Amino acid sequence: MGMRAALWAIFRRDLAVLLLGGRQGGALLPVLFFLAVAVVFPFAVGPDAALLARCGGGVLWVAALLAAILPIDRLVEPDLDQGFFDQWALRGLAEEGVVAVRIAAHWLSFAPPLLLAALPAGALLGLSGEAIAMVELGLLAGTPGLAALGVLVAAVTAGLKGGAALGGLLMVPLAVPILIFGAGTLASGGTSGAALAGAASLVLVAMAPFAAGAAIRAGRG
Amino acid sequence: MQASPLLLSARALACRRADRMLFAGLDLALAPGAALHLAGANGIGKSSLMRILAGLAAPFAGTVERHGPVALVQEKLALDGSQPLGRALAFWAGIDGADPGPHAARLGLADLLDVPVRYLSTGQRKRAALARLLGQQAAIWLLDEPLNGLDTQGCALVGALVAEHIGTGGACLIASHQPFALPAGALPRLELAGFVPAPESGEWA
Repeated sequence: MGMRAALWAIFRRDLAVLLLGGRQGGALLPVLFFLAVAVVFPFAVGPDAALLARCGGGVLWVAALLAAILPIDRLVEPDLDQGFFDQWALRGLAEEGVVAVRIAAHWLSFAPPLLLAALPAGALLGLSGEAIAMVELGLLAGTPGLAALGVLVAAVTAGLKGGAALGGLLMVPLAVPILIFGAGTLASGGTSGAALAGAASLVLVAMAPFAAGAAIRAGRG
Repeated sequence: MQASPLLLSARALACRRADRMLFAGLDLALAPGAALHLAGANGIGKSSLMRILAGLAAPFAGTVERHGPVALVQEKLALDGSQPLGRALAFWAGIDGADPGPHAARLGLADLLDVPVRYLSTGQRKRAALARLLGQQAAIWLLDEPLNGLDTQGCALVGALVAEHIGTGGACLIASHQPFALPAGALPRLELAGFVPAPESGEWA
């Protein structure tokens, strides 16, 4: 069986594990968290519609970033613990390939539900249709980078005590460029911010498999 | 044909954990048709040696040469706990291009294919790992404590599988603290204790 077929089999398993997630909530948990933030925010700042509409887009971006942190602890560590990465390495499958596949599966399990949830969340915050479209465009450009970053941070912190909390701390500063450019689409009104968020995303997607692969190999004792 | 007649060879291997030298100066060679029992007490470094030989860990010193695909059965099962056994095995069969059915049947797992892996007993899990091993079709078998949790019949089955594997030109290294025998009789033993450096030899950092 060729490498491509093996990676395809791994992709299908990744997608099943990450979407359904067994007892750990799967793809639903980050989306519910994202919606919960959008619901709670107006309670905290009060019913000033103009204020909500002005900062709602930024709130959605921060919520998306925090939601991206939630699945980190189950992106790499369980498979490392259970010996999956060992068995893939024995079969000559490079960690880089396996990680690239995992980033794709993680993005598919994470981003489309988030993009969908951003519609009612934007409405709850009183965003205009145009502003919601801008948030959607920015998230579309930024979520691949968030997915790559999530898998990278998960690989680096796998096996560490308190790795999940450390993962969140690592991820937030690294995600700042995506956040600035992605949320920047709201202020500037053009699509240049989304383009820059997309560029930052692509850099992360291109780098993450190599960095995460190296981290997984280095952590193997 | 391979350039080297040896499937697996290691020279002057040393392994270090933190500031303790587990073993040093270990040479090992497995030709096609050879099996070796790696013996030693708990914690002496059998599993570390197996991972070094598999290429999953780097030795502190020495070299390992492998001529052929390597299979490793270790404590980590690499089967999804939440999935039924049949699907968990089918995942690896898909990657290995094998048919999981006959191997599962051979290991007495035919009735358990619908049972989620996390409900299996220790011995049944070991049998599942061995079923995956058969599907992998690797020339070099590294079995780390393959008898743990297995009943008498299971232990005899492992012996038979190893005999069959080396009979078809494979090589096998069995790390076990228990006695291990093939149906045809005992197999050569390598005592890891013979390679543990004395503490006063300056290996303590």
